[in-house]
Amino acid sequence: MSIKVRNLRYVYNAGMPGETVALDDVSFDVPDGIVLGVIGHTGSGKSTLLQHLNGLLKPESGEIYIDGECITDGKARMTEMRRRVGLVFQYPEYQLFEETVSKDVAFGPKNLGLDEEETEKRVRMAIELVGLDYDEIKDKSPFDLSGGMKRRVAIAGVIAMEPKVLILDEPTAGLDPSAHRDILSMIRRIHDEMGIILIFVSHNMGDVASMSDRVLVMSGGRIVLDGSPEEVFSHAEELDEMGLALPPARQIMMDIAGRVPGLKSDALTIEEAASDIRGFIR
Amino acid sequence: MIRDITLGQYYPGRSVIHRLDARTKIIATFLYIIELFLVNNFRGFLIAAAALFAVIACSRVPLKFIFRGLSAVFLIIAFTFVINLFMVDGRVLWHWKFLTISYEGLSRAFFMAVRLVLLIIGSSIMTLTTKPVELTDGMEKLLKPLSKIGVPSHEIALMMTIALRFIPTLMEETDKIIKAQQARGADFESGNIVQRAKSLIPILIPLFVSSFRIAQDLAMAMEARCYHGGDGRTRMNEIKFHRGDSVAALLLIAFLGVIILSRQL
Repeated sequence: MSIKVRNLRYVYNAGMPGETVALDDVSFDVPDGIVLGVIGHTGSGKSTLLQHLNGLLKPESGEIYIDGECITDGKARMTEMRRRVGLVFQYPEYQLFEETVSKDVAFGPKNLGLDEEETEKRVRMAIELVGLDYDEIKDKSPFDLSGGMKRRVAIAGVIAMEPKVLILDEPTAGLDPSAHRDILSMIRRIHDEMGIILIFVSHNMGDVASMSDRVLVMSGGRIVLDGSPEEVFSHAEELDEMGLALPPARQIMMDIAGRVPGLKSDALTIEEAASDIRGFIR
Repeated sequence: MIRDITLGQYYPGRSVIHRLDARTKIIATFLYIIELFLVNNFRGFLIAAAALFAVIACSRVPLKFIFRGLSAVFLIIAFTFVINLFMVDGRVLWHWKFLTISYEGLSRAFFMAVRLVLLIIGSSIMTLTTKPVELTDGMEKLLKPLSKIGVPSHEIALMMTIALRFIPTLMEETDKIIKAQQARGADFESGNIVQRAKSLIPILIPLFVSSFRIAQDLAMAMEARCYHGGDGRTRMNEIKFHRGDSVAALLLIAFLGVIILSRQL
């Protein structure tokens, strides 16, 4: 499984007042099995880009290939595409609608035309993968759960379709610190256990630095930086101009290094920073 | 798909029509609608259409934009046309089994269709050139005298403001929910009518829940800013009549005269 995007262009409100170019000449490749972090200022085109990847939006021009198959030529079967590429929107808990958690999670598999037995198997697998107890929660109403749990159930609803690519748009938005941590470790676990491509958008640079194998930076509908977290976060000034920040650990280490001669650090996470300082003190 | 509905939308601009007082535009629109029902021949409609196009030209709203709004109600117009076409008796033009088209039916069908189209364009010109807030302010001012006999004019205006304000919000919400369910493989476009109706449930329930959440947030935000009803409330922008409004009033009276003269007695 791999993703190839070529010269993607998309315009909102074409020919109307308020016409905006949301994506402009966007090209990139995603190899199998990596975690890709996408960052960018609000309105930089991140969400628009993600919605193209499973065919919810059609580009004005340009091509997207999922596993070598073009999904933008109009011939692609959309249900098949959506089975392969799972997209979890921002605040996914607002899409829950069924009477019980298990019925809601089963909505996706049922739409794929799977039989009862397979559906139940997948629902159980998905609910357990997001860290909830299937037997305890399956008959509860999704509306009675806490915010963080609702979000897990909603993510389980997409995982139950067993996608090969999982896209999460700001999965931790609006959660308290402990729910935030839980969701992140859950995402890690999903990636490792399912062996899929994981793409996620976040405004938390610390999360992006610690989670991603690769980082895409978007600004004004274009991809401006594309590389490993080390490379991307070495462009401190450019990121600052785009209204983006460095991971907190990197920022602090830069400040300290400016005052303490001899201390060098390119740490991105707190753990790396800690070991660099420890090394310096010894 | 939902974004194509332009009915009730505002088209930003600074034309003569945009700058008219909202009250003038409301009265003019009501008058125009009444006049459309006074008209009883095609000559009258020609005059009414000419006047409407003059107003559109002054407003500088692109025609494309106006007709796009019309396409949303095309079904209603087509339905009226067909009903009138087959239901009116008279001199037979065409006959097949139980279907009969008469000369009178054909003329009546066109008459009704033209009336409906003018009606819709006429009222959409008002909403296209007036900000929703101005519109409801104007409505409140116009209804004010009625509050003496117990009509809650402020509350009506506030309800309208909120309803108008939340059309785009709810549309956005609907759009988001549709996409989220599509991402889970939901299919809204195929199947028979029962299946299609059923496929709306995953949209309607989250939308329902969201609207209650939005309403609650709004109520809280209004209370936090000390909203306590219309009594003693002042406004930042008082609406006032200008010279343009007097000109508009004169033109309206002249137009009413022409329409009455055009009637066949």
